[in-house]
Amino acid sequence: MTPVSETTRVSEDTKPSGPTFVFNWVGRVGLAVILFWALVALAGPFLSPYPPGEIVDWDYFGPVSSDYWMGTDYLGRDIFSRIIMGARYTVGIALAAVTLACTIGVVLGMIAAVAGGWFDMILSRFLDAYNGIPSLLFGLVVVAAVGSSIPVLVLTLTAIYMPGSYRFARALAVNINTMDFVTVARARGEGTPYLITREIFPNILGPVLADLGLRFVFIVLVLSGLSFLGLGVQPPNADWGALVRENIEGLSFGAPAVIFPSVAIASLTISVNMFIDNLPTRIRDRSE
Amino acid sequence: MPRSLLPYFLVLQRLGIALLTLVIVSFAVFFATALLPGDVAEILLGQAATPEAVAGLREAMGLDEPALSRFIGWLVGLLHGDMGTSYVNNMEVADLIGGRLSNSLRLAGVTTLVSVPIALTLGICAAMWRGSIFDRVVSILTISVISVPEFMVATLSVLIFAVWLGWLPALSYGVDVDSWSAVLRAYAMPVISLSFVVSAQMIRMTRAAVIETINTPYVEMALLKGASLPRQVLRHALPNALGPIANAVALSLSYLVGGVIIVETIFNYPGVAKLMVDAVSTRDLPLIQSCAMIFCVSYLSLITLADVIAVLSNPRLRR
Repeated sequence: MTPVSETTRVSEDTKPSGPTFVFNWVGRVGLAVILFWALVALAGPFLSPYPPGEIVDWDYFGPVSSDYWMGTDYLGRDIFSRIIMGARYTVGIALAAVTLACTIGVVLGMIAAVAGGWFDMILSRFLDAYNGIPSLLFGLVVVAAVGSSIPVLVLTLTAIYMPGSYRFARALAVNINTMDFVTVARARGEGTPYLITREIFPNILGPVLADLGLRFVFIVLVLSGLSFLGLGVQPPNADWGALVRENIEGLSFGAPAVIFPSVAIASLTISVNMFIDNLPTRIRDRSE
Repeated sequence: MPRSLLPYFLVLQRLGIALLTLVIVSFAVFFATALLPGDVAEILLGQAATPEAVAGLREAMGLDEPALSRFIGWLVGLLHGDMGTSYVNNMEVADLIGGRLSNSLRLAGVTTLVSVPIALTLGICAAMWRGSIFDRVVSILTISVISVPEFMVATLSVLIFAVWLGWLPALSYGVDVDSWSAVLRAYAMPVISLSFVVSAQMIRMTRAAVIETINTPYVEMALLKGASLPRQVLRHALPNALGPIANAVALSLSYLVGGVIIVETIFNYPGVAKLMVDAVSTRDLPLIQSCAMIFCVSYLSLITLADVIAVLSNPRLRR
């Protein structure tokens, strides 16, 4: 598959790096794959050789050929084009959800840490309790109840992952909040908004970004799971999870159709993990 | 208060918090399900849903009472073990759930027995020989399993064990379970897939917890006085890492009760998660509420148990 060969080339001509602020090669490979999929998602319509919904070949579950680079699916549609369009749904929905979840979670977490008191107590207890509901099941219930559409998916995924982000940001902010420079700022008479934006936020930014990456992976996985169960992106559109669901029967005919969307999901999530795991420690552990 | 009683006080405090959380949860569950769009009476009547018929049925089902009094009635019933009657087929919810719950618990139990010992051993060994080939292989494997959707793990194991090797049946239920080997064969596929998913999380968190304690001064002290590597890790580091490890195990186990919907679907296994999803499509509120409560209770009790273990195992709180 093209993305893999492109990225291994990157790894060959980079040497293991010395200074801590430079990405090592595992992190670079991860970054390259992430950028690759982001580009594919952006430039989707220009890259796909056929319209993704068009039946191009009457022979369903066709093999890999020079016309159809990744074979055809259960209706004879071009898998390559469908994966390129699927990148828009998977990457787009996950990105929107993770941005919303982390923004709300981090803002609430910082307020809870700085303000403390009953606001912190009630919010923390409530979100803890909320954690007890299995995430995929919660998504299934909401989607089964109100029907599946892209805004519903984004909001559901946001609701699932906001509490975790809140907890993470609150724990970091509580640590920073006890440090001398915050006490000094407070003694100077600065208000809560100043403390949050000027003292706390810059100091938790690095770990929060790393957390955002991990949350992105979880969201991609839950979204794929929902689509795999038929409750995510609805046909004729399909994200990668839905592509796996549609074509899983092809496995018994030895059709390649189901392999490529699976590889696409795995390549995205594994490379985000690789990137986060190998972030320079100066960014990741900035608060320490 | 005498210092020796401190751990017990902390345990009581944890139990109190858990109870309080449970009340909040039941409140949230009841009102969230009441907010589900779609009227039960209308759905039940289907074609025959004239406004009069809907109003009559709502009255008969007690749906026109204020929500708060319904909530209190429901909570009191729940405390007596009465989960109510299903709207859809007039069966007792307890009867509907009973069989499914024991299925789910059996699957979770077998998976726990398989995965926890393996995961803890691998996690501790990876931490002990940090940076070695063994550690790297374990890290790469766990990252891959975590990064890959569950349905891929399950599909891959079906492909390998059922299709290519032909060792095991692809579906778990419907197989005659009359001998030990048949039981083994029937549970093998879902248990293998779930064990992979759950162990990966536990290995990572165990490794991180043990490494964190290895970096402390007292373990360095053990190194300086000449303790062997296994002794440093098992005697000095491990007891202090017990809290976070218990937490990791509890999180994984609570996942096994309710989070296994994909594995239940792929292997056609009749568990609670599937029951709940079916209940949502029919707006069967008592059933949904009971399932949600089961998940929350199991999560809360596991997390509280882990908290209690963390308190009791903390050497600093012991005299």
